[in-house]
Amino acid sequence: MELYRVPVQIVPRPGILDPQGAAVVGALKTLGFNTIEDVRVGRFLTVDVNAGSADEAATAVRRMCEKLLANPVIEDFMVETPTPLQRVGA
Amino acid sequence: MKFGIVTFPGSNGDYDAFQAVTDSLSEEAVYLWHKDHDLQGSDIVVLPGGFSYGDYLRPGAIARFSPIMNEVVAHAKRGGPVLAICNGFQVACEAGLLPGALLRNASLKFISRPVTLRVENADTMFTREYYEGQRLTVPVAHGDGRYVADADVLSRLEGEGKVAFRYCSADGAIEDEHNVNGSANSIAGILNDAGNVLGLMPHPERATDPLLGPADGLGVFHSLLAGVTV
Repeated sequence: MELYRVPVQIVPRPGILDPQGAAVVGALKTLGFNTIEDVRVGRFLTVDVNAGSADEAATAVRRMCEKLLANPVIEDFMVETPTPLQRVGA
Repeated sequence: MKFGIVTFPGSNGDYDAFQAVTDSLSEEAVYLWHKDHDLQGSDIVVLPGGFSYGDYLRPGAIARFSPIMNEVVAHAKRGGPVLAICNGFQVACEAGLLPGALLRNASLKFISRPVTLRVENADTMFTREYYEGQRLTVPVAHGDGRYVADADVLSRLEGEGKVAFRYCSADGAIEDEHNVNGSANSIAGILNDAGNVLGLMPHPERATDPLLGPADGLGVFHSLLAGVTV
C-alpha cells in the first residue's frame, strides 16, 4: 500500500445556473478583463488515500465522488492523476 | 400523534418544530439525535431547518449519512410521513427521498422574511386542510433554496401533482419577481411519488402561533393530524 494524493475538481453541470460564476464574470469585466466569456465556480479537493496503485487510488476516489463528494444532479467531477506521497518517517 | 424531530449538529429549526407540535398542537414530540438508531415510535418524522454539519461540502450532503437517516428512509419507504423543512428539504434531496437538488439562491443573498405561497395541490396528507390556490404567508430563511431538477423530473412533478407549494405574489400570481430564490417553476415545496414525503424551503413550523404573526403554517400540521389514525 502506498499513499497517493488525488486531486478532484467538482463543477456545476452544464445548463445549471451558476450565480457565483455570473457574479465573478461581472467583477472581472468591471476590472477591464474584456475577453472574459464565462466562469463556473466549483470546488477543488485533494484526497490522500492508501492504495496498491495509482489506478486503484483514482478508482477509490471516483467511488467517493459518486457516493458523497459530488451530487450528480447538479455537479460533474473530474478525478485527476494521483501522485505518490512520501510518508513521514517511512 | 407522536412527532419525531431529528437534531443534527447545526440544526436550529428543531426547537421551533418541537414548540409548534407541543404548544400549538398539543401533540407529543421527541427529539431524535442524529446518532440514534431508532425513531422511538414516532408516527411522523420532521427533518428540521438549520445548517447541519455547517453545510460543509453541500447543504445536507453529510447529514444524510447520519445513522438516524437509515431509520428515516426506512420509515418513508413504509409510507410513514416525513416533513422536510428547509435544511431538512436539502437533506431529503441528498438522501434520495425527493428528486432534484437545492442550490445557492439566484440572488446570492441569504433571504429571511415572510413570503407568499400558493397551495398547488390540496389533496395530499400535508395540505388537505388548505384549498387549492389558497395563499399562505410563511417565513423563509435560507441561502440555498433554489430548487433545480432536470426537465424530465420537472415535467413528472408538474404532471403528477407533486408540486405542493409555489412562491407567488400577494394575489397569487406566479411571477419571476416573487420567485424569491430563483427556483425552477417557482417551486417552494414538492412531494415524493408516494406522497408521504414533503420537502419545502419555507418554515410552516414558524407560522403556527397567532401571537407571533400569521399562523398559516398550522394547516400542514392539522392536515397530518387529520389523516393519520392512531
